[in-house]
Amino acid sequence: MGAEFVQLSLTPLAIGILAAVACALPGNFLILRRQALIGDAISHVVLPGIVVAFLITGTISTWPMMLGAAGAAVVAVVLIEAIRRLGRIEPGAAMGVTFTSLFAAGVLLLEQSDTSSVHLDVEHALYGNLESLIWLSADGWGSLLDPQALADLPPELGRMAVVTLLIAVLTAVFWRPLKLSTFDEGFAKTLGIPTGALSLGLVVTAALAAVAAFDAVGSIIVIAMFICPPAAARLMTNRLEVQVAWSIAFAAVSAVLGYVFAGYGPLWFGGNDAVSAAGMIATVSGMILGSACLFAPHRSRVGVPPEPEQT
Amino acid sequence: MTPAAVQLAASDGRALHPAASTDNPLAIQGMTVSYGEKPAVFSIDATVPPGSMAAIIGPNGAGKSTLLKAVLGVVPALSGTVAVFGAPLARARHRIAYVPQRASVDWDFPTRVIDVVLMGLYRELGLLHLVRRHHREKALACLERVGMADFAGRQIGQLSGGQQQRVFLARALAQNADLYLLDEPFAGVDAATEKAIIDVLKSLKAEKRTVVCVHHDLATVVDYFDHVLLINVRKIAEGPVATTFTAENLQATYGGRLATTHIDQLMLPVA
Amino acid sequence: MLKPFTSALLLQSGYNAALVAVGAALLGFAAGSGGAFMFLRKRALVSDAVAHATLPGVGIAFMVMVTLGADGRNLLGLLLGSALSAGIGLLAVEWITRRTRLAEDAAIGAVLSVFFGFGIVLLTIIQTMSRGKQAGLEGFLLGSTAGMVFEDALIIAVGGACTIAALVLLRRPMTLVAFDPEFAAASGVSVRTVDLAMMGLVLAVTVIGLKIVGLILIVAMLIIPSVTARFWTDRTERLLGIAGLVGGASGYAGAAISASAPDLPTGPIIVLVCFGLFIASLLLAPNRGVLASILRHRRFQVRVHRRQGLLALARGEPILDPLTLAVLRRAGLIRNDGVATEAGRAQSAKVLRDERRWEIVRQIHQNEAVSGRYDGLTPIEAVLTRDEIAEIDRRIGRPVPAEGAA
Repeated sequence: MGAEFVQLSLTPLAIGILAAVACALPGNFLILRRQALIGDAISHVVLPGIVVAFLITGTISTWPMMLGAAGAAVVAVVLIEAIRRLGRIEPGAAMGVTFTSLFAAGVLLLEQSDTSSVHLDVEHALYGNLESLIWLSADGWGSLLDPQALADLPPELGRMAVVTLLIAVLTAVFWRPLKLSTFDEGFAKTLGIPTGALSLGLVVTAALAAVAAFDAVGSIIVIAMFICPPAAARLMTNRLEVQVAWSIAFAAVSAVLGYVFAGYGPLWFGGNDAVSAAGMIATVSGMILGSACLFAPHRSRVGVPPEPEQT
Repeated sequence: MTPAAVQLAASDGRALHPAASTDNPLAIQGMTVSYGEKPAVFSIDATVPPGSMAAIIGPNGAGKSTLLKAVLGVVPALSGTVAVFGAPLARARHRIAYVPQRASVDWDFPTRVIDVVLMGLYRELGLLHLVRRHHREKALACLERVGMADFAGRQIGQLSGGQQQRVFLARALAQNADLYLLDEPFAGVDAATEKAIIDVLKSLKAEKRTVVCVHHDLATVVDYFDHVLLINVRKIAEGPVATTFTAENLQATYGGRLATTHIDQLMLPVA
Repeated sequence: MLKPFTSALLLQSGYNAALVAVGAALLGFAAGSGGAFMFLRKRALVSDAVAHATLPGVGIAFMVMVTLGADGRNLLGLLLGSALSAGIGLLAVEWITRRTRLAEDAAIGAVLSVFFGFGIVLLTIIQTMSRGKQAGLEGFLLGSTAGMVFEDALIIAVGGACTIAALVLLRRPMTLVAFDPEFAAASGVSVRTVDLAMMGLVLAVTVIGLKIVGLILIVAMLIIPSVTARFWTDRTERLLGIAGLVGGASGYAGAAISASAPDLPTGPIIVLVCFGLFIASLLLAPNRGVLASILRHRRFQVRVHRRQGLLALARGEPILDPLTLAVLRRAGLIRNDGVATEAGRAQSAKVLRDERRWEIVRQIHQNEAVSGRYDGLTPIEAVLTRDEIAEIDRRIGRPVPAEGAA
């Protein structure tokens, strides 16, 4: 646990944890609103977003790509809503139509354009490359205090930290209206809460998390982290505040264990090459959810108990 | 319908309709709501007098709940204006409390009884929405009023239907409004809850507040309410119970679905 | 560009390309009408979980076949493996939804991401295996018809045909269950069995489609055709047929377009052709289409406002709604200053009188068959005969002023 750890594992771990938490936070609300699959849809449309951004700018710089991805997410949400309302199609099917078509368009554009010179392909979009986000100029824990070494941190770390912080702040600020409109939308409307804007805001926040995380870790983790930690957390408690805390814990644990298993697991079994960290983090989050489904204290639906009337 | 009343102007500069006096808790004109091509509520005018206990009555599918939701702006109206104490809805929201139908929310939601009641204090919580001790005490007092104080810490899904309804009522009490709108508050609740709810509603009336309920049980109309609005997509009749809740009007509202002998039993004894 | 396309369309650009096109058409048909049942059951996205859950199976099948000394790329073996893991994924969705408080969408999302993530882990393991380098298993993500050999195309064509046969045999019980599960159960159909059969069909389509469109895009083939078909019909049987045709046509045209040029991957092209059909239907379909319903809603709104306005005129109330004013003005019923014209006064008197007539109707006809037809918009002449109206008018007497209503 010395210099080598700081150099090779510290930053990927930190980025993994931040990405997992950024996705899990809005995931809690998406799950309660029965919109879990919005996360799935968003992470698929990130691909056409970055391809279009690449075609326009001609470079693989981060900001245009993040903007493109965020734009694609908003386009997808608007399309889903339009198909649902205009065509009177149930939301699941509207979502399925939208994200698969946009994804297909992304793949086609990618094949058509000359991206051979740059590192842009479908696989990268899916699994990301967490393992490569190392901190080369670090030579031990002391580097954390060395401004020169700190300047050389992977830029993904800073971006992810900013986005995670932003999402945490947004969640805190909009906590009550979000909770209220998720629980009882009609009542929220009578209070004058703009429920439509709030739910679009939630989706945009989710898109922000997805885009930032996808840049570092790929879309697989994004979908898994939107859903698995909050779903497992829901089974642990009957209070939203506690649920969110559990989901953050589960997300962080998935990131750490997944990264460790991916890097060291094969060694334990006599292999010598690491496996995909993104895939492993998703797998671990699934195992956590599986255990929660089997053993968590509040896993089953409550039946209404017989009326104990004493009035 | 004095000309002076017409002069009340809405925020967007359009004048509100004649019945929109500051005295009337609720005045509706020309309310039409349609889902697709079929109107669910058609061209309803109604005025609820101050301090009354009013019931909106009609058969299933008559648009009772839709009317209430359109009044509150929860569903969009095709045409029509609403005035609450003479003001447009947007400026009078703080004077309204709403109790939705029990089935309209997700009772599996991870939250406790006390949290639901605190939602009624939403407007008082300020920018950061911090819940302080006096908020909590207020919420508990409202639960006390509906006889649910012992359940404050329970998850809402663990309550029976009647208890859930009372929690909703407690939330509305926490709103401390002048006009209470309730959507089928007595639907599917036990006798004890019905008694508890009507007692609270009557105490609201005693405090000079106005209560409007969507109601389906004809047998209790005379006991509970003093003003009725009979609708079946369109308005059939409106007015004090004594003069409006008549066999003829009910027949017109329910059509052949109500046996005449049955109606007679519901009426006030003719004085 | 056009010539290779037409030759591909007419099955003249090589035996394999022709077989792929036929296979894609069969697959599209099976996917379209098979997916229609999931759509009708409002569970369209279950197919998303099924599709993503195939990946670990592909990986494990490859590893097992290599360990046994066989060729890891044997399509039949890989498909068998994918079917197995997709089946497990499906059961996991069912189990989570039934046994825990989580909703189906959460279960779907969890299964698809976790299975897919695990599949990626397996793929990275395979890449490090000595014989895994050229496995080409990534092709299953997005489909690739490029390296397809004759046997592969044959498997797809035969599989597609078998799925269609199964669909034809099972369509009645599946329709029943999709429409009304409780009624189906009451009439002795085992809903669970039929549900499983439905899932089985989706699973079969997914597995067969892996090679052509890939596991991410096969979802599109299961969902888009039935959503498209929904715009054209309200009848289940026709919905199945149209969904099948939409799927088949997209599959065939997509495969042909893709064969006509090098940089056109089959899967995305098929999906985009299908999406094009969907958009056209969304906008142009005669009854449920957007254009048609905008026009209809507009007409309806105008009628409502016209009547409201005329009533207000008759009662001497001020009209405040700008839309109402515009409607009346355009119909020549009021002048620009808001005062009723000759025609306006005549029509508003009639509207008021009709209101009065309806009141009488409701007193006479206590059954709803007639009085229930009052919607304030249909002219009374369309509901009642001339004689009936005359009778009502006799009861009303001469036209009365407004205030007598309440």
